[in-house]
Amino acid sequence: MLEVSAQKRLGAFALDVALACETNGIIALFGRSGSGKTSLVNMLAGLLRPDRGRIAIDDVVLFDSEAGIDLPPERRRIGYVFQEGRLFPHLSVRRNLLYGAKRARGADAGNGPSFDQVVALLGLESLTERRPQDLSGGEKQRVALGRALLTRPRLLLMDEPLASLDQPRKEDILPFVERLRDELDLPIVYVSHAMQEIVRLADTLVLISDGRIVESGAIEALTSRLDLRPLTGRYEAGSVFEVSVEDHDDKDGLTALTFSGGRLYVPRLELAAGARLRVRIRARDVALALEAPGRSSFLNVFAGEVREIGAEDGPLVDVLIAVGEASLWARVTQRSRRELELAPGRAVQVLIKAVAVDSHSFGRRTRHRAFPGNEAEA
Amino acid sequence: MLTPLEIEALALSLKVALASVVFSLPFGLLVAWLLARRDFAGKTLLNGIVHLPLVMPPVVVGYLLLVLFSQDGPLGRLLEGLFGVTIAFTWQGAALAAAVMAFPLMVRSIRLSMESVDRRLEAAARTLGATPADCFRSVTLPLIAPGILVGVILAFARSLGEFGATITFVSAIPGETRTLPIALYGLTQSPGGELGALRLAIISVVVAFAALFASEVLARRLGRGIGA
Repeated sequence: MLEVSAQKRLGAFALDVALACETNGIIALFGRSGSGKTSLVNMLAGLLRPDRGRIAIDDVVLFDSEAGIDLPPERRRIGYVFQEGRLFPHLSVRRNLLYGAKRARGADAGNGPSFDQVVALLGLESLTERRPQDLSGGEKQRVALGRALLTRPRLLLMDEPLASLDQPRKEDILPFVERLRDELDLPIVYVSHAMQEIVRLADTLVLISDGRIVESGAIEALTSRLDLRPLTGRYEAGSVFEVSVEDHDDKDGLTALTFSGGRLYVPRLELAAGARLRVRIRARDVALALEAPGRSSFLNVFAGEVREIGAEDGPLVDVLIAVGEASLWARVTQRSRRELELAPGRAVQVLIKAVAVDSHSFGRRTRHRAFPGNEAEA
Repeated sequence: MLTPLEIEALALSLKVALASVVFSLPFGLLVAWLLARRDFAGKTLLNGIVHLPLVMPPVVVGYLLLVLFSQDGPLGRLLEGLFGVTIAFTWQGAALAAAVMAFPLMVRSIRLSMESVDRRLEAAARTLGATPADCFRSVTLPLIAPGILVGVILAFARSLGEFGATITFVSAIPGETRTLPIALYGLTQSPGGELGALRLAIISVVVAFAALFASEVLARRLGRGIGA
């Protein structure tokens, strides 16, 4: 359990946050730049001192202005991966990795992955004898991640760790972050302003705006809420829901996923039947019809019911459809809305192209432990 | 090759310069750290005092040292009483004069390098479990090593060449305070000393060059270490 209530004045900017959420999986902190995300994680790490408030993780009080508690960063056991890596230029990669590990050998240090395990997990085998300045941006971030992991933290903070990388490099790093989440069972607070990253990685979403926490909760619930749309974004707008793998069609290279609304066919996923995962469907990839189309290229057709009509955005409008227990956003033109007479309660057919659901659309949910020993902290 | 007088003056100069640097380095680090990293009342005053020897006539510095550290001076009596050490008219006095004159150069160079250290690296070290002292030792100090080296070399060179404050404070006692520049000056003032003066001048140039060369090599090695 992560509990934060803190106030801090930074010049003209006032941060006033209150947050309580379970510490399992990845907690995504999402907001525009300047919304106070980094200030908040700095307060968690002990690098920024709140004017007032209380911060606690699993009953360990890190800061309490009334009780006069303010643990220095080195005693908080919170790992921090910075946006710019911050590797020590005077040390080799190996000694960078060991910097925190050596200092974490205290009495209260928990168990965690060993040096060799971290090196294997992050694919650092060929880098250990190099100098940080000889590494690429993506390699630097992997080393920074390993360095933080080796301190055996009770919580890992990642402040836009991919923001300084180009898209191909991001694709290099994301699988490693997923492995952390899936194999280490380490709670992570992940700061980002890219919804695509968050959907892929996070379980819990915390929306922050102008120094305040607007809402926090399950990512599926928050992304389907209309009132949060200005924060969760327009272009990337979409809905997120949980599915499980039913079976694979080897002939056509498709995978059938089931959810309460039916079966969703997508290009083949390398996952075993029964695996649970999260899928994100962008509103602009969803079409609506009043009757099920005859022969068409749409592999996915669901019966649904209009629940809500979103705010008008020029010629476009977002429509929220209930399909089983899931909620799906569809972005249609005003003309379609008029001609289909879309209004709350209207029965519609929801059409989704299988090709619109690609590898960026998934976030994995199942978790298994690769390294025993973290149970005590979980 | 070298005359006994030359060997004596050279050895004394090296001893005085070395003692001056070794003695002032810890203070130099402390003052540089205070000026670079701390905000306190009197910071401007401290900065001024540290830089005073740079802008004052060396004779004035020597005279003030004499007033303070002579056997009747307040600090002189204190040192005499506490440790039984006499500063005035000894080689230790020469080292003190050299240290005071070279101090601003050393502090300046260390302070500049300390100000250029990326504080975010220190914050990262703290999140990795380093206490402030540990962080200074394991991150700050290695990163400012080139600046410290430059400061030490500058201070060493300045100490080797120290003349005005030294001759005022500790005079020119053969074997005790007659360093290379002072011996050279003495020779220029005595008839028939021209050749000796020239030889001492050449020795000075050679020593200065050696120091510069050594610093260059060391700086390159350190620079490679931190990727500068």
